[in-house]
Amino acid sequence: MSSTQEFEKAAAASPTAVAEFAVHDKSAIKRIQYALHQTPSAVPLIVLIGSTLVFGALLGEKFFSPFALTLILQQVQIVGILGVAQSLVILTAGIDLSVGAIMVLSSVVMGLFTFRYGLPVPIAVLAGIACGAICGYINGFLVAVMKLPPFIVTLGMWQIVLATNFLYSANETIRAQDIADQAPLLQFFGNKIAIGGAIFTYGVIFMVLLVLVMAYMLKQTAWGRHVYAVGDDPEAAELSGVQVKRTLISVYVLSGLVCAFAGWALIGRIGSVSPTSGQLGNIESITAVVIGGISLFGGRGSIMGMLFGALIVGVFSLGLRLMGADAQWTYLLIGVLIIAAVTVDQWIRRVSV
Amino acid sequence: MNTISTLKTGLLAAAALGVMAAAPAYAASHSVGACLITKTDTNPFFVKMKEGAEAKAAELGITLKSYAGKIDGDHESQVAAIETCIADGAKGILITASDTSSIVSSVKQARDAGLLVIALDTPLDPIDAADATFATDNFLAGELIGKWAAASLGDEAANAKIGMLDLGVSQPTVGVLRDQGFLTGFGIDIKDAAKWGDEDDARIVGHDVTAGNEEGGRKAMENLLASDPMINVVYTINEPAAAGAYEALKAIGRAGDVLIVSVDGGCPGVANVKDGVIGATSQQYPLLMASLGIEAIAAWAKDGTKPALTEGKDFFDTGVALVTDKPVEGVESISVAEGMDKCWG
Repeated sequence: MSSTQEFEKAAAASPTAVAEFAVHDKSAIKRIQYALHQTPSAVPLIVLIGSTLVFGALLGEKFFSPFALTLILQQVQIVGILGVAQSLVILTAGIDLSVGAIMVLSSVVMGLFTFRYGLPVPIAVLAGIACGAICGYINGFLVAVMKLPPFIVTLGMWQIVLATNFLYSANETIRAQDIADQAPLLQFFGNKIAIGGAIFTYGVIFMVLLVLVMAYMLKQTAWGRHVYAVGDDPEAAELSGVQVKRTLISVYVLSGLVCAFAGWALIGRIGSVSPTSGQLGNIESITAVVIGGISLFGGRGSIMGMLFGALIVGVFSLGLRLMGADAQWTYLLIGVLIIAAVTVDQWIRRVSV
Repeated sequence: MNTISTLKTGLLAAAALGVMAAAPAYAASHSVGACLITKTDTNPFFVKMKEGAEAKAAELGITLKSYAGKIDGDHESQVAAIETCIADGAKGILITASDTSSIVSSVKQARDAGLLVIALDTPLDPIDAADATFATDNFLAGELIGKWAAASLGDEAANAKIGMLDLGVSQPTVGVLRDQGFLTGFGIDIKDAAKWGDEDDARIVGHDVTAGNEEGGRKAMENLLASDPMINVVYTINEPAAAGAYEALKAIGRAGDVLIVSVDGGCPGVANVKDGVIGATSQQYPLLMASLGIEAIAAWAKDGTKPALTEGKDFFDTGVALVTDKPVEGVESISVAEGMDKCWG
């Protein structure tokens, strides 16, 4: 009783290395495939750098200037922010078709609370943000508690929110001049910092910070690992103690919240509050997510990749326009990129086979 | 058994009598029915059109039923609406078609059933598929702003750098007419009048598409400015696109020295003319289109007269006016104050 019992002694001889997957086949292709499997944002990053270099070589100064390159950031800021919302949902093996609609409704709430009801601007902004979060909560409740498929839930919400947006706003635009005069806070994200020829709007800075914060939260916090776990296999997650329902609801609420911020940024970008804007936000954000290498089947991919995906679309759009190509070519190439991205994703997934 | 069947017969007879009694009353109170079918019921342009039609219908004692597509381009809802109107025994239909050629067979069905069909705002393809078209002359609307822009620049028009912000890549007719009208008014050879983008005048920096909203207007303007930051004349398909373009110009500090022109005449747009965001805009009159349409249906129901067309045109021109506070020699215009009185949305 007095001497310490050394039960651990028996384990001293056992191997101490953490279990790992052995890479048996050392061929170059397999090794690349393995490396890509480890860093899901690598493929979109390579494509992004590659396409930037190609357009830079073709167009020179016109494209490769600080002005044009930061212009791409400005053009993708809305899709980039919506992409964060979309990524969160897709990581849980869901899909959110209502992101663009929630964004527009939130911006309309901010505008109308200020101009129709004469409320102080900060309160109107908070109301808009609350509106986004509530829409997200409804999505999350229906998916997590009522067990409805996310596609169906958000398909319905897309239409409900958009219709609410039109009914509530009577589709009337609030003009940029009036907002600048009476409620400049609504255009907050349109403010900019110029460094030489480079122009960074607050919206762009917000997008980058949001992506970094989310990347950290997903990789380094318990909540983040739960999100991946739920997306990969909800039953296994449940059995290992993850509160699946709560995680799912938190994801959808956060997605709605991010959409509301996108709505605020949208006012900064277009100046006015316009109920007809942003209706393709759902498709554009899904495009960014897919090209960015996040798997539509959930549980795989990084939010950084989504940002690169959005930027790839931006680089192609501006590059092709500067070359004087018909706008249809942009759509065609983006279509090719989407299919290529999913093909690569499937190939990388087979790494263990 | 017997009692029940007697009861049934009695009930049926009573029901039949009831219907027969109600029928004349129904016919009397709904002597003339009319339908208004628009592309959507959310666009302020169509909202105003509906208001105009409702006011005139109430005045003439016509029962008006309104239908709309769910989104712009929703052809099926419009076909269903036409079928409903025929079944409903309406005397006439006012329609703003989403798909100008596919709707023709449904329109023919309605006309064969004795209904008067008038296309509002958007001509059908072919234009004589409808009994008449009440619309803005979109080419003229473009021509007015083109002439105004050229005259405002004076001699500098020869060195202008023009950015063209169009509607969509599919080149819908309304967008093509305004675009080509503007270029003609500005004094540029438009080549094939049925499409934009085939011109080779060095003054045109480029074309881009906006979807007719602020977001698209801003992005398209940025793209054109990236091609040539010294653009000094901007044509826009409508005023929301113009507002977006202005934001892009403001962002690079060129808001003051670029001439923006547009078409539509909505209230926010006219207010932008007042503020100097837009130099001039061509105003169209949706309310008038609709009220004239209702009058035409009333006349058709009364004695079968069909509406006359504007002389020299294959449609009835509901008029267009250039709104600006900087009038130029040789181009007729109305003031912003006057434009504000007639604006819609």
